[in-house]
Amino acid sequence: MRSQPKGLTFMTILSGLLFLGALWMVFVYAPLEAVMNYVQKIFYFHIANAWVGMLGFMAAAVAGIVYLVKKDMKWDIVELAAVEISLVFFSITIASGSIWAKPSWGTWWTWDARLTTAAILEMIYLAYLLLRQGIEDPEQRARFGAVYTLIGSLSVPITFFSIRIWQTIHPAVIGAGSSSAVGSFGMTPKMLATMFYCLGTFSVIFVTLLWYRIRLGVLAERVEQIKLQVME
Amino acid sequence: MDRPIAMIEVHKLAKRFGLKTVLRGLDFQVAPGEFVAILGPNGAGKTTFLRILASLSRPTFGEVRVAGYQLPKQAAAVRSRLGVVTHQPLLYGDLTAEENLRFYGRMYAVPDLDCRISDVLELVGLSARRRDLVRTFSRGMQQRLAIGRAVLHDPEVMLFDEPHTGLDQDACDMLDGLLRNVAGRGRTVVMTSHDLARVEDLATRFDVLSRGVIAASKPRSGLGKRNLLDFYRKALAG
Amino acid sequence: MERESTAYFKAIGAIVWKDLAAELRSRELLSAMLVFAMLVILIFNFAIELQPSLRATITPGVLWVTFAFAGTLGLNRSMAIEKDRGCLDGLLLAPVDRSAIYFGKALSNLAFMLIVELIVLPVYSLLYNTNLFNPGLLLTILLGSIGYVAVGTLLASMAVQTRTRDVLLPILLFPVILPILMAAVKTSGGFLQSAPMETIWPWLNILIVYDVIFTAVAFMLYDSVVEE
Repeated sequence: MRSQPKGLTFMTILSGLLFLGALWMVFVYAPLEAVMNYVQKIFYFHIANAWVGMLGFMAAAVAGIVYLVKKDMKWDIVELAAVEISLVFFSITIASGSIWAKPSWGTWWTWDARLTTAAILEMIYLAYLLLRQGIEDPEQRARFGAVYTLIGSLSVPITFFSIRIWQTIHPAVIGAGSSSAVGSFGMTPKMLATMFYCLGTFSVIFVTLLWYRIRLGVLAERVEQIKLQVME
Repeated sequence: MDRPIAMIEVHKLAKRFGLKTVLRGLDFQVAPGEFVAILGPNGAGKTTFLRILASLSRPTFGEVRVAGYQLPKQAAAVRSRLGVVTHQPLLYGDLTAEENLRFYGRMYAVPDLDCRISDVLELVGLSARRRDLVRTFSRGMQQRLAIGRAVLHDPEVMLFDEPHTGLDQDACDMLDGLLRNVAGRGRTVVMTSHDLARVEDLATRFDVLSRGVIAASKPRSGLGKRNLLDFYRKALAG
Repeated sequence: MERESTAYFKAIGAIVWKDLAAELRSRELLSAMLVFAMLVILIFNFAIELQPSLRATITPGVLWVTFAFAGTLGLNRSMAIEKDRGCLDGLLLAPVDRSAIYFGKALSNLAFMLIVELIVLPVYSLLYNTNLFNPGLLLTILLGSIGYVAVGTLLASMAVQTRTRDVLLPILLFPVILPILMAAVKTSGGFLQSAPMETIWPWLNILIVYDVIFTAVAFMLYDSVVEE
């Protein structure tokens, strides 16, 4: 694996083009929303980012289980890559959500189920990275990482539903945030089209980034191997 | 078909920690009743090797059989036949000597435990201190109790990882006496050490572990008393 | 195979007995947890206005935050004892299934946590003149502690093997036990305020479901965490 594989180059170019298309769709094609005008346009990116975050989350969970079953280190690299991507994209999601929330509800943060769960997930990711950092042996690192990913991916859905139930009994005190606020405005066909296009584009971006990151991980391991060979 | 039954059989054993290879295609065999001393410099992989034999670590590659059972698949069967002494005593400081033995006795489902505990304490010369907390014991006493813990369930195979570490002369001598006693009951013993003088009188065979393989092996009979050091040096150089 | 199952339970019993006996002598773990718990309650007293009118709503939260933090001390210490003197190897050498070690440690961790909780309750009652002797509350504390310890024992076994050890456990544990905290606080509050069972039930449900799922999962994963 010396130079970039053709498939990856293709994906990169495709991602770039699709993204340009997305920009056009969001800013030109999609109509202006009645109430919120341009601010509403963040929604498309916000949803797409959250979607990528979810993809990363699921990919990490699956990679973790596969690693524990097969004990093949490749899956550990996939898991780490997925976690990192998910971490970044959920950060963007939270940030874009805040930017949207301020003009809409007058507050940067609401304790609604989705936002809070995203924040908790970020904490789990950071904990995951800290855990890996404290372990020297790569095999142990992979094992522990997979175990924690599994525990985390089981607990997060339960957390999400618990917060949901919490909200119905005690609606969020801060701001107007109720979980139905997101996507509460009606969407015209053009808006729906834009949204789906963005979801598709970002899915492609996700795969591209994942591929890059996995490649990076594999090459890094190769470097370590060569280093050891030279030292001996 | 008429191969002598080996108590320990290791074939092409390799162990890697990430990208670092510690053992490379190691072959090793021990017949029942042998006392093998594994010698080698620090970092040669002696402890790693012993841990694999003790079922505490999994081989990356290769075949390991102890008492006829395969590791790691049949590890549970192996464990009940194994007694292990490492340089950490594996004892609980806040419990008495007796309580420590009782705990391990239960873990190994040792029958007739009370009787066995008394016998073992007698064997290691700690009957007088049975009700004392282990954290008040000197290192030598702890090591002796550790051996007691290891023989509690009457294992066929015993593994010692540098048991003389941190002991003074008297404690070492006492330990040697105990080792002879324990080994003398037809048990198979493998002991790692970097102290040649200590093992010279104890072992029936000397193996040298160097660069991840057994570089040389010689039974005691093939070795004149003064040549152990030469044998060792030659094995490391070659 | 009957002998195998009795050996299994015997091993679990031996581990629990060992931990309790050692702790009875040194009392290190329990005293650390208790003192810490008291300090947390003390800090809450100054940090939050525990006026009589607010007490009913705030008590469950204060209690559970206290338990969550004191709990990490206990978990850390319990696993550190095994790791430091290499005793974990001693446990791993025994001819029993690894999960016996998990259940043994989890049960003794649970015992310590319950002991601390049962001491904190009357002290809190006295300090804030609230009656906490409520069977529903006691049930909640039991269920919440079970879930906490089920996950905590697994994560502590991992944390203790890393460089960052003590600091790492709360970081790993807290995001993952949030459902227990939420459910336990809601359930405790419900019982203390004698709320109707229909409001308490969904939360009690979450507690039970969490306990079952995570005990099962932790038990299955424990092998991966202690084997080399």
